[in-house]
Amino acid sequence: MNDSEIAEFECFQDGSWGSSRLPDVHVDRRDFLKLLGGGLIVCLTPHSAGAQESGRGFGRHELPKDVAAWLHIAADGKVKVFTGKVEVGQNIRTSLAQQVAEELRVPFDSITMLMGDTEFVPWDMGTFGSRTTPTMGPQLRTMAAAAREALMAMAADRWHVDAAKLTAADSRVIDPAAGHSLTYGELTRGQNLVKVVSGKVPLTPATGWKIAGTPMPKVGIRDFVTGKHKFPSDIVRPGMLFGAVLRPEGFNATLDSIDTSAAEKMPGVKVVRDGDFIGAVAPDVYTAQQAVAAIQAKWTVPEQPSNANLFKVLKTATEPGGGRREGHLTGSVEQAMATADLKLEERYTVQYIAHTPLEPRAAVAEWNGSNLTVWTGTQRPFGVRDELMEAFNLPESRVRVIQPDMGSGYGGKHTGEAAIEAARLAKAAGKPIKLIWTRREEFTWAYFRPAGLMEIRAGVHRDGRLVAWEHHNYNSGPSALETPYEVPNQIIQYHPVKSPLRQGSYRALAATANNFARESHMDGLAHAAGMDPLEFRLKNLTNPRMRAVLQAAAGRFGWSNARSTPTRGYGIACGTDKGGYVATCAEVEIDPAARKIHIRRVVEAWESGAVVNPNGIRNQIAGAIVQSIGGALFEAILFSNGRILNPHFAQYRLPRFADAPQIDVVLLDRKDLPSAGAGEIGIIGLAPAVGNAIFAATGTRLCNMPMSPSAAVPGEPASPLKC
Amino acid sequence: MSEFVLNVNGAPLHVNAPPQESLLFVLRNHLNLTGTKFGCGEGQCGACTVLINGRATRSCLIPASAVSNAKIVTIEGLDQNGKLTAVQQAFIDEEAMQCGYCTSGMILAATALLSKTPHPTDEQIVAAMNGNICRCGTYPRILAAIHRAAEARRGERAQLTGGAR
Ligand code: FES
Ligand code: FES
Repeated sequence: MNDSEIAEFECFQDGSWGSSRLPDVHVDRRDFLKLLGGGLIVCLTPHSAGAQESGRGFGRHELPKDVAAWLHIAADGKVKVFTGKVEVGQNIRTSLAQQVAEELRVPFDSITMLMGDTEFVPWDMGTFGSRTTPTMGPQLRTMAAAAREALMAMAADRWHVDAAKLTAADSRVIDPAAGHSLTYGELTRGQNLVKVVSGKVPLTPATGWKIAGTPMPKVGIRDFVTGKHKFPSDIVRPGMLFGAVLRPEGFNATLDSIDTSAAEKMPGVKVVRDGDFIGAVAPDVYTAQQAVAAIQAKWTVPEQPSNANLFKVLKTATEPGGGRREGHLTGSVEQAMATADLKLEERYTVQYIAHTPLEPRAAVAEWNGSNLTVWTGTQRPFGVRDELMEAFNLPESRVRVIQPDMGSGYGGKHTGEAAIEAARLAKAAGKPIKLIWTRREEFTWAYFRPAGLMEIRAGVHRDGRLVAWEHHNYNSGPSALETPYEVPNQIIQYHPVKSPLRQGSYRALAATANNFARESHMDGLAHAAGMDPLEFRLKNLTNPRMRAVLQAAAGRFGWSNARSTPTRGYGIACGTDKGGYVATCAEVEIDPAARKIHIRRVVEAWESGAVVNPNGIRNQIAGAIVQSIGGALFEAILFSNGRILNPHFAQYRLPRFADAPQIDVVLLDRKDLPSAGAGEIGIIGLAPAVGNAIFAATGTRLCNMPMSPSAAVPGEPASPLKC
Repeated sequence: MSEFVLNVNGAPLHVNAPPQESLLFVLRNHLNLTGTKFGCGEGQCGACTVLINGRATRSCLIPASAVSNAKIVTIEGLDQNGKLTAVQQAFIDEEAMQCGYCTSGMILAATALLSKTPHPTDEQIVAAMNGNICRCGTYPRILAAIHRAAEARRGERAQLTGGAR
């Protein structure tokens, strides 16, 4: 062991491991295992056939390549869990630790989750799509249960008894017959054991949970109220300078000429040019930004679509080779429509919107010879590592991406632009560089939630049964496109389109659009049929989970007594996506003179299987309701000819305190069902519930989101309402 | 570059920065007080809120050199010897956050509000806090936290006056 390794060993011993941060220096994974200082490591791999013990010491082996997660139990009984998932505010640092503590039978606070560091955590595709709870949760539980069994086997060996006679609780293996016990620390002390397990270990059913299933507070919350927590944009490195990047005048622009001489003359400034990439570094942010502003660049920006012709473009610009994607077809919509007693055809739209995480994209890049370390806010640290490897032609072993728990993402931080830019600047400057995107850059050079066009036609029998349903989605995506209602004749189709703006993931992106269209349409049909919107839905629904959330929301809301008037509307909607079920009731106040609306009260019933952390899930659902008010009522990206026209908070209205309604969340905890993710679908019920409430009060059906934009959206009919 | 002294959290701190550099970037990048956050740099989100002579102020829009005579308090200066203020504690008790990026600004805005209006109504809270964005949408919890902090401070004051009698 050389000196630096010893130093790091001491650094681990002095308690820096108590935090969730990993050492900042480059450490070979083999040394890293050695540095853990003995104990028991349990690795979960998806492939090996059953538990096997490697039995080799840490000094000479490496972990298996194909590992989903691993955990380490130290001689002091402390448990470190390594997962590739990242914490972005959705609180999985807490909910995953609860699940490990539960299966391992240890106190919650003995667990430390090590996340989002490509050097030390197992590879993971990324944290999105509500996959953490349904996928990583069971994996960690399996691994923890296997670790518990391994500890019981170790105790059984020592005591020469049958492991089946032992129990485990509170970090101990207990022999109830002999009346003695050993702590996990006593069992792992002096050991160098690695156990590799695969999928089949019996798990504790949710009905028996003691730590999982409880409203555990956010791990490390104190650091957020004292300002101590280091977000990606807070990272500081010795000798660090600050960067700024020159942006083209519009999308797809070409550079005609450039003059950097004025910027180069500024004291402390270094101008960096690398192909089309142009930026500057300086000892402070102000000077770096001044330097970029002093660069004279001329661009040609080609003609491009705008809001005014957006939906025409989406309808015609089907992807080359793509076109209509295989749809869902049953029965004959044509025939059923011909004989339906009641028909309704409508077109619904959603605009591009921006994620606007409060922490913009940020990165600190540091080169050490040809080793690159980047601290950045991303939902895909391994994806960003791949982007860096490609940009700088580096092998995996030379790039490390660290993701400190960040100022959220909502699907907007999958890519590594800021990381690559900071690394380019750092390479040229020979110093660590911090780059934080400005709000304008975040609004312009990130990607958007897709705009979408939904066309629906439907037919109903006079007794209120749906007989035909045709639903096309252009561009926004296929999630939650299939109808949850019973309809014998269906055409359901997603049409991928070459999007005029750069678009990508967003919290429940397509489910929001498809659910808005479907649930608005269902409401229109109910009114046309002279039926109560709840009754009409229940008549066409057999899925017991969907029925349960609808009835729960309606009951808590007082739906049966809610009579809309011209100044107060009540609306209901439901939906399902990613294994969760949601129903939303909204009460909307309308001032007909001022044409203003205000959402006063929202009740949302929610069912996503067994609840892992009721506190976290309530926080997620209430937050999703508030966030969805923006897309429902006022958020829209305005664009024209490759330029974003409203790239500032002053021009792009977000939900604020005054917009937040009274929110009541009804949690249906189905302990008999596997847990689904809760990060996204809380968002899908609000827009249609509000639109339906507006219709109930005014008789006007608003088919375009946002329904009451603060500034007119070109190409859209003017909304009769504002907010 | 200009040299000046800032009074931050009760300590005089020497700064050498361009005179136009914002207080936000001077706190974060020159004084290593990164608890104050950058959200927009345009006065629109409140992430950068600090107290200047007791008033909640956007640090992103003021040049640091302009406030060298003022008393500045940042999130790092609230707790005393590890004891959190009532507002900080209430944000923990209500778990009034998700990602926590807006939290520093929210806590300072709420602190200023309660020092002027010890028992605010919902409407007063909304009016005072409407400039602070929580993109995660935790407004209802923040509202509850501010009421809770007001209650706790009422309790503390009652104890103090009770002890004096
Ligand atoms: S960063 Fe100052 S108001 Fe947004
Ligand atoms: S908690 Fe994320 S912005 Fe408020």
